[in-house]
Amino acid sequence: MNKRDAILSDEVIEAKNVSKWYGAFRALTDINLTVRKGERIVICGPSGSGKSTLIRCVNRLEAHQDGEITVTGIRLHNKMRNVAEVRKSVGMVFQHFNLFPHMTVLMNCMAAPMWIKGVPEGEARKIALKFLERVRIPEQANKYPAQLSGGQQQRVAIARSLCMEPAVMLFDEPTSSLDPEMVAEVLETVTGLARDGMTMVCVTHEMGFARAVADRVIFMDRGEIVEEGTPHDFFRNPQHERTKLFLSQILSH
Amino acid sequence: MLMLYHDTVESEVLVHKPWFIGCIFAIVLAVFLIFNVAGTTMGELLRPVIGDHAQVKFYSRIAIAFVIAAMFCLNLVLIGFVPLKIQIGIVWFELVLLFLSLFAAFDLSMPFIWANLPFLITQGVVTTVYVSAMSLLFASAIAIIGAIAKLSSNGMAYAIVSFYTSCFRGLPLLMQVYLIYMGLPQVGYVINAVPAGVLALSLCSGAYMTEIFRSGIASIDRGQWEASRSLGFGFALTMRRIILPQALPVIIPPMGNTFISMLKDSSLVSVLGVWELTYLAHSLGQPTFHTMEMLVTAAMIYWILSACLELVQSRIEDHFARSKKR
Repeated sequence: MNKRDAILSDEVIEAKNVSKWYGAFRALTDINLTVRKGERIVICGPSGSGKSTLIRCVNRLEAHQDGEITVTGIRLHNKMRNVAEVRKSVGMVFQHFNLFPHMTVLMNCMAAPMWIKGVPEGEARKIALKFLERVRIPEQANKYPAQLSGGQQQRVAIARSLCMEPAVMLFDEPTSSLDPEMVAEVLETVTGLARDGMTMVCVTHEMGFARAVADRVIFMDRGEIVEEGTPHDFFRNPQHERTKLFLSQILSH
Repeated sequence: MLMLYHDTVESEVLVHKPWFIGCIFAIVLAVFLIFNVAGTTMGELLRPVIGDHAQVKFYSRIAIAFVIAAMFCLNLVLIGFVPLKIQIGIVWFELVLLFLSLFAAFDLSMPFIWANLPFLITQGVVTTVYVSAMSLLFASAIAIIGAIAKLSSNGMAYAIVSFYTSCFRGLPLLMQVYLIYMGLPQVGYVINAVPAGVLALSLCSGAYMTEIFRSGIASIDRGQWEASRSLGFGFALTMRRIILPQALPVIIPPMGNTFISMLKDSSLVSVLGVWELTYLAHSLGQPTFHTMEMLVTAAMIYWILSACLELVQSRIEDHFARSKKR
């Protein structure tokens, strides 16, 4: 393997000049983003700035119209097989958890390994319990999602994604629909993952979390990446007016 | 048993409120004052007390109405004291008793019914259940394919299915039965009566059920699709394992309705000369002028069959209620 290949294989997500329109409305404008293995990226920005749209393009829950997105070396386009391949290695955690309410917590976690990877039931159970252990709720394994608190549900959702052992985890505002006292337990779980070296892209408004965990903070506004830097530079010394305004609004209380 | 939202405020039982009982008493009294029931069983029961109705015309009417109203109110008050389950049982029992006493008034020939019942069941019920069950199976298959087609972005599939549902929901079922039985031979395909009946019933119920399935599938939150697809599940797997299991609890009650009405609509197949329940009831009773006997018997059998379906439906609903518990 030559040096160039080694660098390329290191890039988990690579977006080049990505643009997306909803009808006439331009949701994303020339986005360039590279995420390397082990990197922790936090994306922030005002609502409607295209943060969620961007990460939803990464596992093609949304389609981009222009530019190129490559995930774990696979280029995303309209061919279904590729998308399935990409989704296997990209875990996603949603704002509203989206657990399967008709299955137990354990089954939620076992389903994908069993039905997608063909892992035998016994082994899938082991994997599921391992990751439920990791998010610290193995004792809830046989309950249904509706019997759990919001924070617990979100942790199950994280475990469910981890069971596929993804190359990268996408978090779409994982704490935005939680009660304040439950935000901490979910952020702790995500921080734990980050510490273990999980590659992740997290859309969030939790600036404390960004400061503590992120390698890079990306600020988006009106579908563009406005500013990008280490947490230290980003919070101490923002360059753009829009960034300053956003930070002053979000940090003032 | 699922109920409406139950208020936690304590309230007195309605049937123990004097004003309510008073109102009911007045209403029942008024009704029986208006209608003369002196000639019925009730009047006969009171004859020893009142004497000959013809002699004490107005007095007898008041007496009968008063006794009925008093008994009715006493019944209400007493039922109000027992627990819910027993209340339901008692009221059912009383209504069935009333219903049967209505038939008793028809003066039916029981020996005739007993003589014909075995054949009515072995031939009629078996055929009816066979036709309904086959149609139920085919209709469900049609419905699921139709619903997916109707929700798809494929214009042709949508057009075909919406034409189908519009057509088969729009034509009277009797016409469909005739059209299929007599129309298909016109284009060169001779069809037997039973397959024709099954075809008509499945196509008709399939059209209704397509709409039921479609609305059930559409009622599932978009997030479920997204979560499932983002885990790597394909369309078919998502549908089978994630969406349909969640849509079923929504689909089951209206589907139970469709099945019950299909069971009874299978009587329309009798116009093709299929020896099912309605046809047999008609043809067995007519020659000896025992039409009423056979019709009432057939009606009862239909009811029992429907009740069985209702039972199955409530069992399935209970089964699906599990994951809703908190």
